[in-house]
Formats: sequence, C-alpha cells, structure tokens
Amino acid sequence: MTGEKTNLAVGASEPTAFLLLGVFKLREKKGMDLAIKCKGITKFFYETNSGGKSKGGFLPWSGRNSKLTAVDSLNLEVNRGEIFGIVGPNGSGKSTLVRLISTLLLPDRGQIEVFGLDVVKQKSQVRKLINRVSVDAAFFKKLSCWENLSYAARLYGVPIKEAKRRATEILQRFGFQEGKITQPMENLSRGMQQMVAIARAFFTSPVLLLLDEPTTGLDPKSKREVQEFILRVRESHDSTVLLTTHDMDEAEKICDRVAIIDRGRIVALDTPKNLKFMVKGESLEDVFMELTGKSWEED
Amino acid sequence: MSPLASELKACYGFVERNFNLVRRYLGWEIVFLVYNIVNALTIGFIGVTQGKEKVLYLVVGAMLWGFLSILFHEVSESVSWERWEGTIEYTFMAPVHRFTHLGGMCIYAIIYGIIRTVVLLLAVALFFNLSLQNANFPAALIILVVSSLSFIGLGLMAAILPLMSPEKGSQATHIFQAVLLLISGVYYEISVLPKWIRPLSAISPATYTLRAMRAALLEGKPLGQMKGTLLVLLVVGLMLIPLGLLVFHLAEIYAKRRGKLKRSG
Repeated sequence: MTGEKTNLAVGASEPTAFLLLGVFKLREKKGMDLAIKCKGITKFFYETNSGGKSKGGFLPWSGRNSKLTAVDSLNLEVNRGEIFGIVGPNGSGKSTLVRLISTLLLPDRGQIEVFGLDVVKQKSQVRKLINRVSVDAAFFKKLSCWENLSYAARLYGVPIKEAKRRATEILQRFGFQEGKITQPMENLSRGMQQMVAIARAFFTSPVLLLLDEPTTGLDPKSKREVQEFILRVRESHDSTVLLTTHDMDEAEKICDRVAIIDRGRIVALDTPKNLKFMVKGESLEDVFMELTGKSWEED
Repeated sequence: MSPLASELKACYGFVERNFNLVRRYLGWEIVFLVYNIVNALTIGFIGVTQGKEKVLYLVVGAMLWGFLSILFHEVSESVSWERWEGTIEYTFMAPVHRFTHLGGMCIYAIIYGIIRTVVLLLAVALFFNLSLQNANFPAALIILVVSSLSFIGLGLMAAILPLMSPEKGSQATHIFQAVLLLISGVYYEISVLPKWIRPLSAISPATYTLRAMRAALLEGKPLGQMKGTLLVLLVVGLMLIPLGLLVFHLAEIYAKRRGKLKRSG
C-alpha cells in the first residue's frame, strides 16, 4: 500500500512525524493495518424539553431531559488507505460517530482506536494524526481566509510560509482566485468556504481525514472537484479518508467500502458493488430501502 | 520543533487570532471604548460636586473595574464566542494542550485590557485635573498584576458555564459579573451595603483590589502597609487559577459526555 505513495508524515510537522513513525512501527509490530477500530460504541444524548410543565419547568434554567441513542453498539473497522463511506439519513448517527473519532465526544460505552491509539486515553496523540471537515465550514467569519488558515497553521505547528504554499496550491486546484484569500470569510460563497475548510484540513497533512458531509451545499462543479480531489489525495498520499454523506451517488463513486447506518446501527457494510448485488438493487438507495424497510426520504 | 516551541507558537496563535478579530470588529471596538470613556466621565462628574478626592476615588474605581471586567469577560467569554462563531469544535480538536489554549486567551486579555485602560486613562485625564502627585505607581502596578491572577481564575471558572449549558451558561456569566460590580465597592464603600450582603463583599477579590489600588493611588501608601491585602489577593489568585483549570477540564469532560460542544448543543 505504501509503495509509491508519499507518506504524509513527510509533509507533517516534526512532532507529528515522530508520532506517526512510532504509530506505524507499533502497528507493524502488531501486524495491524487498521486506521479506525470501533468496538461496541454507544452514545446517548439527553435533550432538554424546556418550557414543558415538568418539575421546575417554569424556571428558565431547567427542563426535563429525554434520552436519545445516537450511536448504538456500533462495531467498525476501517483499513489504512481506504476511502470509507458512512451513509445514512439525517439523524442516523453519522456526525456523532465522526465526533467520537475526532475526540469531540466521549463514548458512553465501547472503545475507539485510531491507528492503535485510544481516542479517550491518548487523545493528544490522536489529534496530531487527524483533521476534520464538518458540514458547516467552521470559520471566524469576519477574519479573512488567510487569517483563518494561519490560525490553523499555528495550532497544527505548520510553519506559516509552508502553510501559505500548501494552502495556495490546494486552493488553486479548486480554481480559487488568489485575491480571495485576503477577503473576509463572510464575503465568500458557501462553496468557497467549504473549499477553504478542505484546504485547511489538507495542509495539516492528516493521516486520517474525517470528512463529515464535505460536499453538502456545493454546486455540482465544486462538488465534483472536491470528490476528484479526495481521490487524488488517496492516489498520491498514504492517507485514510472517512467520509459521511447522505448522497448515495457520491458514496458509490468514491468509496472503497460503504457502511449504511440507521438509528445509530450499521445495517450493512461492504463495497458498493457487493451491497447492490446483495439486494439485487440498482443503487445504494435500494439497498437502504431493502434493509431498513424505509424509504430514503422518510427520516 | 520541540513540543514546548510548538505549544508556544499555538499560544501566540490564540493571541494573534484575537487581535485579528479586534481589527475586524473595529467599529464595535470603538463603540465599546467610547461607551467606557463616557461612562467613566459621567461617574467622574458625579464626584465633581463632592471634591477632587471623590473624583479620583470614582475614576480609579471606573478604570480598575474596566480593566478587571475586560479580563474576566475575555476569559469567560472565550467559549461562548467560539460557539457563536461555530469554531469551538475546530479549536477543541486541535492538537494543543488546553492550558496553552487558555493561557493564550489570558495573555490576550491582559494585553488588551492594558491597552483599553491606558486609552481610558488618557481620555479621563483630558477632562479632570487628576492630582496624582502622591500616587505610588509601582505599588499600583504590582496590585494590578497580583489581582489579575484572581480575575483570570474567576474567568476560567465562569468560562465553564457556557460549556455546561450553551446559552444559559453565558447568561449566568453576565449575572455573576454584575453581582461582582454590586458587592465589590467599585463606586462606594462596602459599608453602605446592607449587612446581609457584606459577607459576599469579603469574598470578592475585587474588593481587595480596589481597596489596595485606592490606597496606592490616592494615599500613596507603600506596599509594606498593604501586605495583608496583597497576600490575600496573591493567595486567592494562586488558588483560583489552578482551580479554574481543573474545573474547566472537568467541564470539558462533561460537555463531551453530554454533547454540549456543538453549536446547536
């Protein structure tokens, strides 16, 4: 797998490169080739029903909680170098799973490992290996594109000059006009903001890239460019991509394997081709309908 | 790059980011500054009818409260602000120690607070003939530094409230700040407060800061004569900062358990 590909550790900052070296050596020793391993992951949320006539409901800072299972005893293994898709309707637990892997949530049950590192106990080391693009481009809207990128560079230990070179290179591939880099983020279109978010994630050279609906809200052309870029990254770098989407075509087009998730549980996992073959369907939507008994739009 | 150098650069990143935000929100910065200046002047003019000393008493209160409330506000609002911008998850998943993150916020708050206070002082000096010939400025500076510790510690503890409850936490932070203003003797002696509220004044670090600062600026008292007050401030500050960091750490764990980090959480 590593063959002719460039290990992203080469482009990573020194502490990250050392960490990666250690992680890869450990993995070789153990014979592991897993980027992500989720074992029995469960995550509950408690939603406040404020304004109800529950105990203390009249007070502004109170309300009754109801329990919601976002991820339910989920087991998952993602191989190194894979583009792994998680598809499911809104509220199926895709983003919660990404947040759990990216150390932003703590699981209530189970264990997650990223390259053999526990995301709860070894979160600092895990954070050096990953980056995430979320559905809503998370930026300081008044700051310029470059000010946001330089902030990211400082956090990830990427030298400013190097960050500028890498970011410019990535943005140019998307056809991003150079002059826009000094514009406040709020002046950029949603698609452009998402391109900057992707550039921001890529220039930190993550070994595991978590893409949480990265193409939502993009026009067809930008969407295609992002998808091609993800494929190019995999071709040229030794990186693993976990992609969540509710766009079945996208998953089919770029993912090596796909897990279909519904109500926090994986209902099927295989290559897109095998999944369709399994239910004798023509699309992943058919697979979802066959396995869950629901239409894609229901949820 | 060594891990320490990497953390220092990240710390600088927070300071730089915040000053970039100040630049981008310059219009609002000017509005807040003008409001602060006018507020201090209005309070100062109330004292004009009661003698020069009273003017200085009130102006010192206004300026010191301005500085301390900037410290408290900037640190305590660090979570709310990022949540509002939608960047909180990005910052929290960055490979940066939380101490570095909060340290950067505190350094920014101190520098920003000093700049705002100096501008306020210059503006106030244009309107009032402040007689500061007896003032002990080195002592005042030391008091300012020591009392900053307490307010940073309080700010860290207040910053957890929005982590625990996104909107209501932020509301509670403002109430806390308002109560500090009421009980700490910013514009009056705490002896004028009702007896039942005075125990709260005794536990507010701002009470000791104001008392010591007025003694240094109005009476020119040497540090030696204020060592009791300074010691209280120092001990409280040295206790509050690690306590604030610990509480923040626990609140972060709680927020990650309950899914409170995300914007709509």
